[in-house]
Amino acid sequence: MSEHKNFRIRWGMAIDLDKCTGCGACVVSCQVENNNAPLVDASDKERIVNWLTVYRLENGKSFPDAEVAYLPRPCMQCGNPSCVPVCPVVATDKNEEGGIVSQIYPRCIGCRYCMAACPYHVRVFNWFDPVWPKGMEKTLTPFTSTRPRGVVEKCNFCHQRWDMAKEKARKDGTDPMDLPEGAYVPACVETCPTGALVFGDLNNKDHKVSQLAHGPHARRLLERLGGDPQVYYISRRDWVLDLLDNHLAGEAGHGKAEGGHHG
Amino acid sequence: MAKPIDSALFPGDFPRCSLLKFLIWLSFWGVLFLAGIYAAYVVFANGLGMTGLTNYFAFGLYITFDLAVIALGAGAFFSGLLRYILNMDELKNIINLAVIGGFFCYSGAMLILTMELGQPLRAWFGFWHPNVHSMLTEVIFCISCYLLVLTIEYVPLIMEQKHLNKVPFLHNFAHNMHIFMPLFAGIGAFLSTFHQGSLGGMYGVMFARPFVFREGFFIWPWTFFLFVMSAAAVGPCFTTLICKCIELASGRQMTTWKVKQLMGKISGTMLSLYLFFKLIDTYNWAVNLLPTLGETYEQMFHGLVYGQWLFWLELGVCGVIPAVILLMKPLRNNHTLFWTACILACVGISLNRYTVTVQGLAAPVMPFDVWRVYTPRWTEILPSIMVLAYGVIIVSLSYRYLPVFPQEKELNQAPAEG
Ligand code: SF4
Ligand code: SF4
Repeated sequence: MSEHKNFRIRWGMAIDLDKCTGCGACVVSCQVENNNAPLVDASDKERIVNWLTVYRLENGKSFPDAEVAYLPRPCMQCGNPSCVPVCPVVATDKNEEGGIVSQIYPRCIGCRYCMAACPYHVRVFNWFDPVWPKGMEKTLTPFTSTRPRGVVEKCNFCHQRWDMAKEKARKDGTDPMDLPEGAYVPACVETCPTGALVFGDLNNKDHKVSQLAHGPHARRLLERLGGDPQVYYISRRDWVLDLLDNHLAGEAGHGKAEGGHHG
Repeated sequence: MAKPIDSALFPGDFPRCSLLKFLIWLSFWGVLFLAGIYAAYVVFANGLGMTGLTNYFAFGLYITFDLAVIALGAGAFFSGLLRYILNMDELKNIINLAVIGGFFCYSGAMLILTMELGQPLRAWFGFWHPNVHSMLTEVIFCISCYLLVLTIEYVPLIMEQKHLNKVPFLHNFAHNMHIFMPLFAGIGAFLSTFHQGSLGGMYGVMFARPFVFREGFFIWPWTFFLFVMSAAAVGPCFTTLICKCIELASGRQMTTWKVKQLMGKISGTMLSLYLFFKLIDTYNWAVNLLPTLGETYEQMFHGLVYGQWLFWLELGVCGVIPAVILLMKPLRNNHTLFWTACILACVGISLNRYTVTVQGLAAPVMPFDVWRVYTPRWTEILPSIMVLAYGVIIVSLSYRYLPVFPQEKELNQAPAEG
């Protein structure tokens, strides 16, 4: 449907699932950085407007063999996104240098077809008018737009931080298209206390993310569906890697773990 | 018996029930309609959070209902195609009803669609910023244009109302529109084929959703063709069922058994064709496609709510059985079997629209995800009932005041046949 585009820079992430403790700092920093309104009813998890979700994975064994891993899930910024070709009004697109899937809020008509198409449940909808509790509206960052009720939104790798990094590079007289590692990192990556999240240009061999993505312990979520995600998960545990894709009985990789839910 | 006080407005000199009785009937449906309007107000005022939809179930009853009524309303395009383009003259006795049915189904679906959008005021963006790759864009274009065509087909019938028709301008206008009807039928058939197909294509192209994903033929997934065929199959059934409802409510016969049988035969043929391809498609999906995605047929079903019984009910009980009945003359000619088959076929296609919409999203794709259950809330159920009530009101008014059935007079003078 949509043609595969090549970009000079392809921002991507590598997430070490053996380092992630499931603390949720990334979720909170994402929420604050991107002006996500808190839910009035916090128990309504299925209508939450968090862009980043932490899933809990289990190996399905009982004590003492039971193991747990936590999987933070930002937007995969798919190379072949299932969400983009379906949008009837081009409110979401993967067209801009950097390979980030964008979302134009004033264009979105709220049909939610993109949400139905994305298998990672990355996209969230504004089911209600966003309300910030009194006093909290003062903490809104001026660098990110707030979104009205009725549009779909999602993680964009804190795109505003890339804009700022480019501006700084221009001011410093360096090439904004050749940023040094660490000049642009999303909020979740910056906040992660264990350094589980690594960010950079997948096309740049000098960037750590590129090396990790090509390493022996890297796997992507639902790789065989063909979305070509730009987020790589790293683990040295086979059961964790196996849980990143669907496998038939008898295929390398085995079955599914029990449960699993939003953290 | 004294004539009802609005008898001067009736088509011909056909008897109709008293105005009081008619008003009580209309009020009943009017109340249901208003209840739906209230639900719509609640949703428009407070947002889609008032519905049972969630981030997990982006589509639910609204879309299911839309898809189902649009398929059932396909009687208009398919009967129009057969009547005007293929010259099946017998269908002239039921084509008016098919147009009315199509009109209320499509206009009703449009009402629900505006509620379905998070930003209803931006609905026109579909025309202004179209994404030519999206099947939904095609749906937006074709449904809007086709509703216009249906309106153009319905208007001459309104102008044939006894008093309106006395106005020379309206008389001539209606007459001229009739002359152009084959053209509109052609345009309607073209538009309808495409959006029925695109509605199916919308699901088939979701390559990351194994329950609905289907590869296909050039840019079209198989679901594109399956939706067209299934809509053409149930459209005539649904029109015939509306006719039967009018007959039951009025105690009068509207069309001959022969016309109903013809409609049933058309449905049976299309349903068989549809099932032939649907079964091949399903087999290929289960045996070849799903394993390439690392999934099995069994994994596509879960528990009671999303159990395999839905699959067998849709394709067996509401698919193969009505297809056999409608295709075989001796079975079709049996009244009980005939009406059972018509109802089953309509239920089967509605069920198909439900599974692709709800089960398609409920089936977890990430290995560590779990099945979720979607339950529609009153804010979704009442608007659906509203569209049904709206349909009953339109059909009732049309039947009472417009010359919908050319055979009504002749059939109710002679002893009823069949
Ligand atoms: S993860 Fe989902 S929302 Fe993000 S690009 Fe891929 S399909 Fe689109
Ligand atoms: S919800 Fe918005 S972004 Fe998603 S497909 Fe519809 S218009 Fe496009």
